[in-house]
Amino acid sequence: MNETIAKLDVAQIRLEFPTLHQEVYGKPLIYFDNGATAQKPKSVIDAISKYYSKDNANIHRGVHHLSQIATEQYEEARKIIQKSINAPASEQVLFTKGTTDGINLVAFSFGQLLKEGDEIIISEMEHHSNIVPWQMLCERQGCTLKVIPINEKGELKMDVFESFLSNKTKLVAVTHISNTLGTINPIKSIVDKAHAVGAKVLIDGAQSIQHAKVDVQDLDCDFFVFSGHKVFGPTGVGVLYGKKEVLDEMPPYQGGGDMIAKVTFEKTTYNELPHKFEAGTPNIAGGICLATAFEYLNSIDMDAIHAHEQDLLTYAESELKQIDGVRLIGTADNKTSVVSFIVEGTHPFDVGTLLDKQGIAVRTGHHCTQPLMDIFKIPGTVRASFAFYNTKEEIDVFITALKRSVNMLL
Amino acid sequence: MTLQEKEQEIIDEFAIYDDWMDKYEYIIELGKELPLIDDSLKTDNRLIEGCQSRVWLNTDFDGENMQFSADSDAIITKGIIALLVRVFNNESPKNIASSSLRFIEEIGLHEHLSPTRSNGLASMIRTMKMEALKKV
Ligand SMILES: Cc1ncc(COP(=O)(O)O)c(C=O)c1O
Repeated sequence: MNETIAKLDVAQIRLEFPTLHQEVYGKPLIYFDNGATAQKPKSVIDAISKYYSKDNANIHRGVHHLSQIATEQYEEARKIIQKSINAPASEQVLFTKGTTDGINLVAFSFGQLLKEGDEIIISEMEHHSNIVPWQMLCERQGCTLKVIPINEKGELKMDVFESFLSNKTKLVAVTHISNTLGTINPIKSIVDKAHAVGAKVLIDGAQSIQHAKVDVQDLDCDFFVFSGHKVFGPTGVGVLYGKKEVLDEMPPYQGGGDMIAKVTFEKTTYNELPHKFEAGTPNIAGGICLATAFEYLNSIDMDAIHAHEQDLLTYAESELKQIDGVRLIGTADNKTSVVSFIVEGTHPFDVGTLLDKQGIAVRTGHHCTQPLMDIFKIPGTVRASFAFYNTKEEIDVFITALKRSVNMLL
Repeated sequence: MTLQEKEQEIIDEFAIYDDWMDKYEYIIELGKELPLIDDSLKTDNRLIEGCQSRVWLNTDFDGENMQFSADSDAIITKGIIALLVRVFNNESPKNIASSSLRFIEEIGLHEHLSPTRSNGLASMIRTMKMEALKKV
């Protein structure tokens, strides 16, 4: 490990996460399902409670004191998130329900600008939420979907991607990090190549922003989407970042309150960014407390988080490889702290059930990436996904429990 | 033995396990012992697709009682199937359709029947009862 990087005080960090300190089936909980959702630090839990105990009011509408406080907090939250992802302006940070919602917004609104014959590029490792909205758009507008294949390690075949690019390409929508394989994709190179043919790029950041510092200007992507609940924030809230000129060009997604400038029955004019895309009363507490999660995350050294998680990944993979019959799914050179695997002769569901009974929470199944499972010709995997509050000791318990489970099943 | 007595027998068998892993060890053994259904019967119309595991169910009726045979690609699912088949086999359609299957809850396996588990078991039970209803 690099000596210049401060070591993470994991014991101290764990104290901030109340859910980690409990027993399930009489065993201490080991939470390795962070890819599905992350646990929440006390500061976020307290902020939710504080909002509903003290500040609850609707925003952008009331003249009264509470409404002003809530509005200020909500807009302040937008600024905190803006700074965290280095967006040029807070109006480019749109609050959504989550990644899925953000992608659907773009597929609908940006999609309105597309026409028959236009092409959209995604990849084989996409989550269903970055597949289905594009299929629906293609059906609506007569566009064509192209899918970048992966190699056996679970890396994008960049040469095929380049061969797809032409002046017909209007959008490239790819994941930053694969939730199933852990692969970190070469986003900057994808963005550069797509921009060279005039295409826009959407990055699905659902699995990346909790593991690495994201700078949307440096990435130069046109859209970046993520979910609050995977970055230690509340469920039901997320963010869509977009470049201003692209967002300005796009028609609104949903109609309703807040998104309008003036409504008459003859003609309605739309509000400015970000409100144009935020119809109706939003998840106010969600937005405010997502900013609290970012403040928490920003207080920890991202390099130290990265180093610790890479340590966990290396350790887990080397331990797993020593178990007979284990096959790792996703062995990209550039990976985040996700290990997907199958054990010869066992079904992922059985392994997951037995691990659960030993207190270990993993995810099993296709992880909303069915096409990917078809490519690897497997029904699903067992996936352990680590966060910075996980430890090597937990991996030791997991490995022992896994061995016991496999023994029972074979 | 009546259907209810068979259920009670299973509840009694499971009463000796207070550790979850022992309980599952037993279920896995049952899964391993359950005769495989013939590959020729593993057709798509007998397949119940769950999100996590898949179940094949074959139904026979001799004019009086029902016979089920079933299989799954997951062994724990198969073990639970073995228990269901034991309770339902050689029972009249009426008994099957009206049974509450309380043993599943009593031995602590109800989590496997929640729709979110999507291992195909909840749909399998529904299918078994529907097949029985058709014969009532
Ligand atoms: C890569 C990726 N994209 C999209 C999503 C969807 O996120 P959400 O369900 O929060 O909208 C997930 C969540 O599992 C994901 O891992």
